[in-house]
Amino acid sequence: MTIDLKTVKHISKLSRISIEEEKAKRLTNDLNSIFKFIEKLNELDTSKTEPLTSVAETTLKLRRDKIESKNIREDILKNSPEKNKDFFVVPKVVE
Amino acid sequence: MSEINNLKLCDLVDKIKNKKLSSKEITEAFINRSKKSSKLNSYITDNFDNALNSAKEFDEKPDFNKKIPGIPLAVKDLFCTKNLRTTAGSKILENFIPTYESTVTQNIIDHGGIIIGKLNCDEFAMGSSNETSNYGNVQNPISENLVPGGSSGGSSAALAAKLTPATIGTDTGGSIRQPASFTGTVGLKPTYGSCSRYGIVAFASSLDQAGPMTHDVKDCALLLEVMSSFDTKDSTSVEFTRGNYLNDLNENIKGKKIGIPKEYKVDGMPKEIEDLWEKGIKIIKDNGGDVIDISLPNTNYALPTYYIVAPAEASSNLARYDGVKYGFRSKGENLIDMYEKTRSEGFGDEVKRRIMIGTYVLSSGYYDAYYLKAQKVRRLIKNDFDEAYKKVDAILTPSTPSSAFKIGEKLNDPVSMYLNDIFTVPINLAGLPAISIPAGHDNNGFPLGLQIIGKAFDEQNILNIAYSIEKNIGYKNHINDWWIK
Amino acid sequence: MSDQIKEYLILRDDKEYEVIIGLEVHAQVLSESKLFSSSPTKFGSEPNTQVSLVDAAFPGMLPVINEFCIKQAIKTGIGLNAKINNKSIFDRKNYFYADLPQGYQISQYKNPIVGEGSVTLDMPDGEKMIGIERLHLEQDAGKSIHDIDPQNTLVDLNRSGVALMEIVSKPDLRSLDEVNAYIKKLRSIMRYLGTCDGNMQEGSLRADVNVSVRKKGETELGTRCEIKNVNSIKFMQMAIDYEANRQVDILEEGGSIDQETRLFDTKKNETRSMRTKEDAHDYRYFPDPDLLPLELNDDFINEIKKEIPELPDEKKKRFIEKFNLSPYEANILVSDIETSKYFEDVSKNSDVKLATNWITGELFALLNNKSIEITESPITSENLAKLINLIKDGTISGKIAKNVFEIMADSGKDPKKIVEEKGLKQQSDPKELEKIIDKVISDNPKNVEAYKLGKDKLFGFFVGQVMKQSNGKANPQLVNEILKKKLN
Repeated sequence: MTIDLKTVKHISKLSRISIEEEKAKRLTNDLNSIFKFIEKLNELDTSKTEPLTSVAETTLKLRRDKIESKNIREDILKNSPEKNKDFFVVPKVVE
Repeated sequence: MSEINNLKLCDLVDKIKNKKLSSKEITEAFINRSKKSSKLNSYITDNFDNALNSAKEFDEKPDFNKKIPGIPLAVKDLFCTKNLRTTAGSKILENFIPTYESTVTQNIIDHGGIIIGKLNCDEFAMGSSNETSNYGNVQNPISENLVPGGSSGGSSAALAAKLTPATIGTDTGGSIRQPASFTGTVGLKPTYGSCSRYGIVAFASSLDQAGPMTHDVKDCALLLEVMSSFDTKDSTSVEFTRGNYLNDLNENIKGKKIGIPKEYKVDGMPKEIEDLWEKGIKIIKDNGGDVIDISLPNTNYALPTYYIVAPAEASSNLARYDGVKYGFRSKGENLIDMYEKTRSEGFGDEVKRRIMIGTYVLSSGYYDAYYLKAQKVRRLIKNDFDEAYKKVDAILTPSTPSSAFKIGEKLNDPVSMYLNDIFTVPINLAGLPAISIPAGHDNNGFPLGLQIIGKAFDEQNILNIAYSIEKNIGYKNHINDWWIK
Repeated sequence: MSDQIKEYLILRDDKEYEVIIGLEVHAQVLSESKLFSSSPTKFGSEPNTQVSLVDAAFPGMLPVINEFCIKQAIKTGIGLNAKINNKSIFDRKNYFYADLPQGYQISQYKNPIVGEGSVTLDMPDGEKMIGIERLHLEQDAGKSIHDIDPQNTLVDLNRSGVALMEIVSKPDLRSLDEVNAYIKKLRSIMRYLGTCDGNMQEGSLRADVNVSVRKKGETELGTRCEIKNVNSIKFMQMAIDYEANRQVDILEEGGSIDQETRLFDTKKNETRSMRTKEDAHDYRYFPDPDLLPLELNDDFINEIKKEIPELPDEKKKRFIEKFNLSPYEANILVSDIETSKYFEDVSKNSDVKLATNWITGELFALLNNKSIEITESPITSENLAKLINLIKDGTISGKIAKNVFEIMADSGKDPKKIVEEKGLKQQSDPKELEKIIDKVISDNPKNVEAYKLGKDKLFGFFVGQVMKQSNGKANPQLVNEILKKKLN
């Protein structure tokens, strides 16, 4: 399984990371060497193995339906690179 | 160097409780040495002025019942700290000032600790040499131009250089244990669920754990007590009775069964590491421990598994860095253009590489072949440990396959860089606790560590074994303050 | 055949196309706080005032699930006769959008909390079962506002993280009427259960509509298009009709349908493609590592079963059996939980038949005129019961009752008081009535003669005169009796 430049560009689009042609080429090489190393997993037969998603030795704890947070709009907006008094501001979205 | 800097965490606690030293004296000593050590580049952001004020406040109204009363600590810049810039080593968070405190740093503060600064680390904890940080390389105080390990490289360097009496790191695939091993210090990754992840900038949620980094095992036990807590704000936090790790520390390992996994004897492992391992085995035997050969058959698959699971989770965890709510934003013609430029300019190459890997293994058509496969192999790896622990109480291995390398040496070969974590990664995949303790030096005089892996929630046991080895192995760090002259 | 007249078909020349509709309804869970954070869910607050650090996805923030939302989903599942899954998993659905602060939505993908179920629709030609594919819990996104600032889009995260139930139907719906009935039935069930307020204006109930067409008689499903986020039944119907016709036009021209996501433009009354192919979505679902699988034991589920109230279908059955209502009447009275409560309150203390007539007649007309809900009715169920009893015991006539009802509608007053104050009490004392009747007879000798000669119709004239003399208060039954006696 090799990853081509087109795939790298597709992934970069999905990840919302723009990438220049030169860098994309280098990344293609990097990814291929990493995936060559990852392919080792194919040696294993896992057809009868259940996937393991969490190693936390506990069950999901449930929270009571209680309002505990206050209006912290100022805190929420404080770090935003572009905002006004009430909102986060982003470039115009046309639907 | 002031005498104070040479004191270990437990000694400082004693001195302060016995009123031999004030919090201000201690805090000043570490701040002064930190200021003189800028060449190490271990700090990203300092909190010196506030820390001094806190120290003075402590001295005015001291509470000696606390576990670390008035003790200054610098922490990895992955922990969100209220009103103190938190960057995760990334440009994308270069100006981010949290309005909240991570549970672990809150625990430190609640136990009397004073945060003196935020320590350098690989960007979003992705790296094994601290070379992916947006804030520059960190020098290993052991020798110039040597990496301090990663991702908690600023932490290991600041600790070894005695800029902080102890520190905390995070460990996703070895990020506490490998830098501890590279700097001749002690580092412990607790059982998954022991320390809350609330307020820690996430790398890979199912693997991340915070843990203590200290000069010796005693300090490590104390700091673990401080950090570890059940937290309802983290759904993966585990409610179990946390031990009095320091009080119950005990070097008696008589009758303890220690497993030696044959798969960790990798090809091309340096002789000095093999010797070191033998030395550890001998100490265990000499002290009445039972050494048992075991097998962890899927060890070789741990690293490839890790390099699917961790990037997959990271690709999603890092989606929130989009220039909208906080951090860096690049101008864009429209929303998508803004996202793409922000993330392209805001993330470094290694982070981008891992986001790409993660995006790819989760993408339509590849999920089963990569992500699901990795989750299944992860089960096999965990099963290996479960099997082994039917026979043994703990497992002894080297911490790393080599000692610290030169800055730049592995930068252009990601796979060789990843191989650094070969002994540490399986433990994260299985969610187990493991400690790295300094055990010897290689031919260059660079430190080497041994790793003791425990059963889940059996931190006390590995601390005890580490304590015993530490007492018998007689390790000493050779640091000549080369960066201060 | 009458059945076929009702069928919804798109016609082109001599060809008939059937429309296949499936709905993914997003129902906001009624809860105090959000699905994974403790901030409030209240509608209409100032922008970004109900946003916690978790909702705005600050670094290091983690989700903690709301137990009540889980119970609400289970309740709804039970109401949909569906299988409740003992183990379900929360996944991340990854995509970038301005109002999605995490860069992913926590949802349930392969293992939803509720599995297959069904909903019964009461259509004019009988009952129809609509299959439910699944119900899962997920987070709502924030709101992007495009019309305040001409240069920028503004983002309000108040809704971000509010719990939604996505209820996915099987592609069993075939007409706009069925869509209407289905949404109303879902809404009714959830309101009975108290799991969703069903308020479409406030966006508590929205739907993604899947539409495909096929020639009548074919069995294979056609390629479907998904119309996103339609927030009223009327718009759903308009969108379906437009979309079905668009698809038929394409097929008629020999083209093929692209499976895609479309948007309904309510101003232009048309659907249009939302996303270009280059940007095709790949949501990269995977289990959220910040959450563990949700495991529910049978005890937990059985406890919830005990809390399930009588639902519309059962209630309808009971009304028909116990109160002798027609299916039509029963349907009207059970369709909305508040109406059914009102009806039961009134009929409990008065007469069922009269209660049915007054509620479905006068009261509905009043509510309709005033455009208000039954819960806002100026006439309480208690007062309507009193009014009915006043008719029943002969205190007032049905005709006077209508006047009293109007006064009640304006004043909200107790009908007994109105009757007293206005002196509307029926004249039922035979002696008093005889006096009036005697006077009417003596005042109209000619008419009396004519009546006696066989002009029966004049009886009404005498009744009218008596009523007039008594200001309408005379008990009409008594008047009839006495008049007959006197005149014959």
